[in-house]
Amino acid sequence: MEMVKIRKIPRRKKMKVGHTLFVAGMLALVCFTALPMVAMICRAFMPLDELYLYPPRIIVRKPTLSNFADLLTSLSASEVPFSRYIFNSLFTTGVTVFLSIFVCCAGAYGLAKFKPRGSTTIFAIITAALMFSSYVTQIPNYLIVTELGLVNSYWALILPKVAVAYNFFLVKQFAEQLPNSILEAARIDGSGEFGTFWKIAMPLLKPAWSTLAVFSFVSNWNDYFSALVYINKDAMKTLPLALQTLAGGAGVVARSGSVGAATLLTTLPTIIVFCIMRGRVMQTMTYSGIKS
Amino acid sequence: METRKSLTGYLFMAPFLVLFITFTLIPIAVAMGLSLTNYNLIQVPEFVGLTNYMNLILEDDVFLKSLSNTLVFAILTGPLGYMASFIMAWLITLMKKGKGAFSLAFYAPSLTSGVAMSTIWLIIFSGDRNGYLNNFLMDLGLIVEPILWTKDATYLKWVIVIISVWMSMGTGFLVFLAGLQNIDPALYEAAKVDGMKSKFQELRYITLPLMKPQLLFGAVNSVVGAFAIFDVATSVAGMPSPNYAAHTIVAHLYDYAFIRMNMGYASGVAMILFIMTFVVGRICFYVFRSEED
Repeated sequence: MEMVKIRKIPRRKKMKVGHTLFVAGMLALVCFTALPMVAMICRAFMPLDELYLYPPRIIVRKPTLSNFADLLTSLSASEVPFSRYIFNSLFTTGVTVFLSIFVCCAGAYGLAKFKPRGSTTIFAIITAALMFSSYVTQIPNYLIVTELGLVNSYWALILPKVAVAYNFFLVKQFAEQLPNSILEAARIDGSGEFGTFWKIAMPLLKPAWSTLAVFSFVSNWNDYFSALVYINKDAMKTLPLALQTLAGGAGVVARSGSVGAATLLTTLPTIIVFCIMRGRVMQTMTYSGIKS
Repeated sequence: METRKSLTGYLFMAPFLVLFITFTLIPIAVAMGLSLTNYNLIQVPEFVGLTNYMNLILEDDVFLKSLSNTLVFAILTGPLGYMASFIMAWLITLMKKGKGAFSLAFYAPSLTSGVAMSTIWLIIFSGDRNGYLNNFLMDLGLIVEPILWTKDATYLKWVIVIISVWMSMGTGFLVFLAGLQNIDPALYEAAKVDGMKSKFQELRYITLPLMKPQLLFGAVNSVVGAFAIFDVATSVAGMPSPNYAAHTIVAHLYDYAFIRMNMGYASGVAMILFIMTFVVGRICFYVFRSEED
């Protein structure tokens, strides 16, 4: 199917060899990216005997939902039901995304539309912070979170990740394009500064913050280090950490079905969110370049 | 009037600034300070000057190993993932149909959790004949005995590189795709009239120069990501990994900070990571600088 589609692109005869190589290369790349995903999805639905079949198979033959049932009903890995981890991940990721949208949009709007004194310097610092890996600040953040008494709480997983330079940057590039005339008209109609931001600017910034929502969701959902550092109580763990516990230790062979199901449950949400929001994301990324 | 405007601006920025200063700027300063001390969380930090750095560079063989591993991983995955992203985005924009499916197939890996996918990688690279890769290679007759991919230090490094490339190919991909779609088709038409012959010339003389801002953004992300390889390495190779073959800077940082509770020394590691990322990021800024400024 795909081969037919690609064949239309380079038309020149000279390029025939190049063209074949191009199709082969493209398919090889797609195989490389897609096969592990296919294996991951299939293993979640494989009955135990198929998981240990020799020779090993990638495609599932007799799909079953029993792995999910086992995962959600048994307490094999710890005393905490697996649904609790799903809740922990959903809750902390959801709140982080929501706060990050609000805080970064307000900040970017303030900077782009009011250009307060010193805003050039602030923006330069934020752009520089794009180059800070979050691991660099991890130790002091641990000390701060401990000092605030937040270890083993949801806030430890939320607060440090709200004001992210990357998110601010995305929205700011977009907020620059907001027409001043519309904001001015709202003010003349008697809307207060916050009202103008909330009722006029936020809807106009929607492509930017829905993109931010996707990226923020993906990175927080997959974040493993924060939970590893701030959480040591079983009941507060998030999915990646819980999955790691499930996939290691004694009795793991009997649990392989559950591990497959848990892997799929951990991986799928980000892909679904991305698929739903794809159009918006593309619209915003157009403005995301850095002019140095 | 100006003051009032500034004030309103700062009011909007206040929540961001408070959190940004608390969890990003102050921590950078604190990390710098701590790296000059000996601090175990219980006693008061003791100032030791540059001792931590001296020990890291002169005495700590495991750190040097982690540094060289990180550089190898970063050099291989950063540019490789970056170029793969760009080429893929370019090819996809040339396609007439199937853009959506191809971009999803290509981007999906970077949406996955490294820790979660490691359960699959451990099966693909499993050391017995049940592993997908061993089985495949034995079927082809390329190897006779199964290879211990994740236990043997020689192979382990490459396994981590392959997995990291797999995950990092999406970095920048969307930025590139968006940037490419945004280039005015009239420019290509004009170039054709002026005698531009191939798609490669188009790429070299029109597309790349116009995309510098996006290329820079992609490069910065890819550098930060490449220097920070950790989850994948530890969950596939374990910690410590066989012969420290998958030990990265971040793994060393985690080990000293949160297992040995030696915060001063670990901050030294963090600062070296900081300097490396920052310097390479700056180089990216220089390479991809927009010409009009």
